Amino acid sequence: MDAIETCDLTKKYKGLTAVDGLNLSVREGEIFSLLGVNGAGKTTTIKMLSCLTRPTSGNAFLYGKSILSDSQAVKNMIAVSPQETAVAPNLTVKENLELMAGVHSFSREKAGQKTKELSARFDLDQIAGKKAKKLSGGWQRRLSIAMALISQPQILYLDEPTLGLDVLARSDLWEMIRSLKGETTVILTTHYMEEAESLSDRVGVMKNGRLLFTGTPGEMKARAGTDKFEEAFIRLVKEEKQ
Amino acid sequence: MRLLTFYQRTEKEILRDPLNAAFGIGFPVAVLLLLTVIQANIPVSLFAIERLSPGIAVFGFSFMTLFSATLVSKDRSGALLQRLYATPLKAKDYILGYILPMLPIAAAQSLVCFMAAVCLGLEVSANIVWAVLLGMPSAFFFIALGLLCGSIFNDKQVGGICGALLTNLAAWLSGTWFDLELVGGTFQKIADALPFVHAVELERAVIAGDFSGILPHLWWVLGYAAVTGAAAIFVFTHKMKHN
Repeated sequence: MDAIETCDLTKKYKGLTAVDGLNLSVREGEIFSLLGVNGAGKTTTIKMLSCLTRPTSGNAFLYGKSILSDSQAVKNMIAVSPQETAVAPNLTVKENLELMAGVHSFSREKAGQKTKELSARFDLDQIAGKKAKKLSGGWQRRLSIAMALISQPQILYLDEPTLGLDVLARSDLWEMIRSLKGETTVILTTHYMEEAESLSDRVGVMKNGRLLFTGTPGEMKARAGTDKFEEAFIRLVKEEKQ
Repeated sequence: MRLLTFYQRTEKEILRDPLNAAFGIGFPVAVLLLLTVIQANIPVSLFAIERLSPGIAVFGFSFMTLFSATLVSKDRSGALLQRLYATPLKAKDYILGYILPMLPIAAAQSLVCFMAAVCLGLEVSANIVWAVLLGMPSAFFFIALGLLCGSIFNDKQVGGICGALLTNLAAWLSGTWFDLELVGGTFQKIADALPFVHAVELERAVIAGDFSGILPHLWWVLGYAAVTGAAAIFVFTHKMKHN
């Protein structure tokens, strides 16, 4: 079953086409990575799919709900972990989690239960009373993803989730993202090729707002005629230039 | 539930910033003390406590603009609002969630100011409670102005515009430090056309127990509060939709 289906999804900004007629299907429960160089249209695509930006034309359906005509239903089934760490700085870790539970109208009991569950799953118990602004970058990012998951989203957007993290923090986050496989559909954007190869069931390569390729990491390497994922990406993007 | 959650978050963000307490409560009280000491050492009545304290209470509200503008602009520049925009929260939840928690904080700030004034000689009366309550339209104006500025400017610009420019405008054009009639002319006309002097005169009338004297000042304040509130809602919603 498809969790996401886009139909000629297009976004133009004053003469610049950021996303150009995107037709993409993402299956339920898979981790799908959107790859591309800067300005390829990845973040704009995520913004449209999360109802943050209205498309210029085209549409997208999340479990059959249109981002144009049924945005409230779409917002009830998604969560976003933006590129920058999105936490309330003066709130504690626990309060940040409760904030997200509250904006999804969870009862006090359910909010408490989900907060406990996510704190345990993301090892946030020990720092539950610490203000978010006092956390290191890696812990803030971990909290940011936990906040996205507290509403039990069917679809989770992770925009550059490991940007700027050290090797250990990145490895921890990879484990967390892997653990979502099967239960949550994850759309991931990243510049780290090893991350995309390691985590993704399928990848999509974008350039100048257009989708050049979709398939498994193995299919991408086969298509480019190389056994190195990064090399395959470079060849695909450069090939398009010629 | 959604509104209450966002309300509590705004309240915590404001109250947990020590700079807010220092500027919001400490600074107006310090000015009140300083001017009272000056008054005690000069032969003319420049800063009588019953005329000074209402002015300082209104001056304190100008920091509410800075607090709300800074919070909104920081939320906008960070990714938290982007995350929240993708949740079922609606525009009214954000707007009320930013404005409503600031009103009791403004009321507490005003009460502290008048309590400090009592220690310095202001007569204790029920008029103080009325002054706090009737100060709320002014507080709403300043808070809504913060929402408006925070929706337009970034946090650095907000610091200059709301922190330096507005607090000075609110002070100089309010008639708190000197009688505006002494300057007269265009300066007085400008001051009379703005809400600051009316907010102060309203509070002075209440503290003096002259409730008939609150008009027309209350209308001026309510008018400015309504227009600023409408502008803030329009601009914030517009920015939210266009992200």
